[in-house]
Amino acid sequence: MIEFINESQYQQIVHDMLTMARKMGASAAEVGLSSAVGLNVTVRLNEIETLEFNRDKSIAVTVYKGDRKGTASTTDISPASLQATVLAALNLAKLMEPDPFAGLALMSDMATEKLDLDLYYPWDLTVDNAVRIAKACEQSALDIDQRMKSDGATLNSAQGYHVYGNTHGFLGYYPTSKHSLSCVMIAQEANAMERDYEYTLSRKPDLLESPEKIGRAASHRALNRLAARKLPTQKTPVLFHADIAAGIISHFLAAISGGRLFRKSSFLLDSLGKSVFPPHMHIYERPHILGGLGSAPFDSDGVKTQDKDIVDKGVVKSYLLSAYSARKLNLQNTGNAGGAHNILVKSTGEDYAALIKKLDRGLVVTELMGPGINLVTGDYSRGAAGFWVENGKVQYPVHEITIAGNLAQMFKQLIAVGNDVEKRSSIQTGSLLIEEMTLAGS
Amino acid sequence: MNRVEIATARLLSPAGLSVNDLERVLGQLLGHRIDSGDLYFQSVQHESFSLEDGIVKEGSFNLDHGVGVRAISGEKTGFAYSDDIILPALEQAAKAARGIAQLGQPQSLCVWQRQPQVALYTENNPLDSMKTEDKVALLQQIDKYVRSLDPRVIQVMVSLSGVFDTILVVGSDGTFNADIRPLVRLNVNVIVEQQGRRESGSAGGGARSTYDFFLEDNRAFVYAQDAVRQALVNLEAVDAPAGNMTVVLGPGWPGILLHEAVGHGLEGDFNRKGSSTFSGRMGERVASPLCTVVDDGTLLNRRGSLTIDDEGVPTQRTVLIENGILKGYLQDKLNAKLMKVAPTGNGRRESFSHIPMPRMTNTFMLPGPHQPEDIIASVEKGLYAVNFGGGSVDITSGKFVFSANEAYLIENGKITRPVKGATLIGNGPDVMTKIVMVGNDLALDEGIGTCGKQGQSVPVGVGQPTIRVDNLTVGGTK
Repeated sequence: MIEFINESQYQQIVHDMLTMARKMGASAAEVGLSSAVGLNVTVRLNEIETLEFNRDKSIAVTVYKGDRKGTASTTDISPASLQATVLAALNLAKLMEPDPFAGLALMSDMATEKLDLDLYYPWDLTVDNAVRIAKACEQSALDIDQRMKSDGATLNSAQGYHVYGNTHGFLGYYPTSKHSLSCVMIAQEANAMERDYEYTLSRKPDLLESPEKIGRAASHRALNRLAARKLPTQKTPVLFHADIAAGIISHFLAAISGGRLFRKSSFLLDSLGKSVFPPHMHIYERPHILGGLGSAPFDSDGVKTQDKDIVDKGVVKSYLLSAYSARKLNLQNTGNAGGAHNILVKSTGEDYAALIKKLDRGLVVTELMGPGINLVTGDYSRGAAGFWVENGKVQYPVHEITIAGNLAQMFKQLIAVGNDVEKRSSIQTGSLLIEEMTLAGS
Repeated sequence: MNRVEIATARLLSPAGLSVNDLERVLGQLLGHRIDSGDLYFQSVQHESFSLEDGIVKEGSFNLDHGVGVRAISGEKTGFAYSDDIILPALEQAAKAARGIAQLGQPQSLCVWQRQPQVALYTENNPLDSMKTEDKVALLQQIDKYVRSLDPRVIQVMVSLSGVFDTILVVGSDGTFNADIRPLVRLNVNVIVEQQGRRESGSAGGGARSTYDFFLEDNRAFVYAQDAVRQALVNLEAVDAPAGNMTVVLGPGWPGILLHEAVGHGLEGDFNRKGSSTFSGRMGERVASPLCTVVDDGTLLNRRGSLTIDDEGVPTQRTVLIENGILKGYLQDKLNAKLMKVAPTGNGRRESFSHIPMPRMTNTFMLPGPHQPEDIIASVEKGLYAVNFGGGSVDITSGKFVFSANEAYLIENGKITRPVKGATLIGNGPDVMTKIVMVGNDLALDEGIGTCGKQGQSVPVGVGQPTIRVDNLTVGGTK
């Protein structure tokens, strides 16, 4: 069903472009190629709604003329187009201004050791099979309750191939796969409609949850939102449900990323070695987890990825740096060009029920809406929905409220991390309990 | 040459594709219980330049092309695409797309109508409209200018980008239409510092035009001034209030309110499926009588405008809400047909590799009777929000948010002091009924909007006059 990705051809293209760039006058060059093929089927009301065949590729070349840099990319891999792309990058590089920090990562940092991270499990999935699975998922959702209305179930299966090479002679490549099944349901009652969804996601098809489980969960989630109330404006503790808690950690990671630091666009400037979280907080990066959603043998500079502790006992131990931002900040490269690879947040031991008890009276957030995050100041203000807890028990769903605070303070007030770890994200954290935020409502 | 001829020469000729080939591919699509089908050819050039730390560090150029093939059978859509514009790839994509239906009787193609509409923007390539040296020099001038405005500026980031998009859409319903779409964008981002406190400000604009747009009326430097002004205002900002209050929204970009509270909920796909809070409410009162909201894709040179949509349908002005009464939905061909109404020229797609769906163009509220000063003077205690970072909506429940990044307190009818950014939340149909004053100062945004829906981004515009909304929840901390 899904066509074969021509691995050796793609490696050859990257190699040829690097040679071309050298010949045409680049002092250094790097080339990244990403390719993906996939199938996406959405079923609604027991019929196919959309059937999509995805087939993407893109190749990007960055050339250096001394301190000057130019980039060009294309989807067209014909020899003429590849040459035109290199030429376009060179022409741009000539006209850019010299940047003493520009250039490839150090040759000694390249990921020369080949790692098989177990990321590639293609699924021999026919359209008929995909439709059958999605239909089963939707039907299980609809069977839950008369009040359910379907917004569709979607099965997606994709495989990708990534190649990166540079004129240090480094050429790295690895295949990946990702499969998911999701279901969106609307619960209707009186004049109100509430939508929610559930999904399962894995690199291995046989690790996906059953279609029936996903369908039923989607319906239960939508039903649980019916008859939501508003809340009065107040200060309250907030429990970020594990489903969405990764967002809070991602703001931290963004604030310690090299690009934001050298641009002075972060509220965590000069935070290295400082206490940003309470002493119970540990955040690890583990790029080589077998089958991990964020696993990668090298970063987008070709630099080997490696295990590191980003936060230890609440103290920032490492920024997330690329070759460029490391040079700008005069620090060691951390192998994080393109971001972090598998982030694990250590739990303080409580399960979800224990966290609700600990919360006692306050808000559980299950959905966040809108932008509302200012990483320069750390100011945080977002739309939210979830549940109100009193006497350590969930009382009723709530909606049309906002929660606000400042991330620096929220991090300090992070009093518990659940062991209900969300596994469907490259940031793996349990629910996060924050001591106090401002809730705005009626 | 007209646009159809130019696009044919650009997209089909290099691949040696003839009109007969397209006819044959469409014929193959239709032979399988498929109601209709279309082919969408596209070639896009994109470039961008960025300045930071006082130097133009990076220029990038991107060239993408490809063809998307869509087959429709009732409510079903089959879709495949190829980034090679060659006949075998086209045939393979067609074979995949018709996988939604196996059996059926052949249907006939309509006769192709090749009548290009009057263009709403230039056919010139913005990338060629200025020499690269001059683009670099422009960014440098902006940087110097920003730094000259205030010593508290510690970082300046300027980005300039241009897109030149040629599309050709050929459908079994007789569509044979093309568009040539330029798009330029300039953004200035500033960080200021005062006694250890850092704040940012950002301003920019764009249009379906060439880079000259930024030189006309000194626009580039006006953006620069505005970014610095906003950052300095934020240095003085105090904590925003929390709770339900009266909110006055300034003219122009705050029209993002309409995009979120109304626009998405009126897109045809959601209403056909009955999943929108506005479903089945045509002819009902959904807003205060002061509100008339339109979506207009026909405004000259605007970022959200299109001469034709991505299904080859000419864009139009669609009245969504007239004096508070729900009048119209935004339609693409598929949903229009299923709802038995006419398409409105709102079928849009991010690229050849994406499926078209109903999307907004330029969405705005028409002016009302009030003087903006009178609107502010009428508020005893409330928030005046003039700049926003973005927003989002749950079209099913109607809950929407939009996040202010420049706002002030109104106390006793006067704007007093700036407050920090805050998210505003409300329920679309509910909030629209609480619009109690509408100004006479309609303005459209500067050309900076990008709308995301189901993973697809398209450029859009918004606008509105100054309006007063009673009872919006403001997500501050005080």
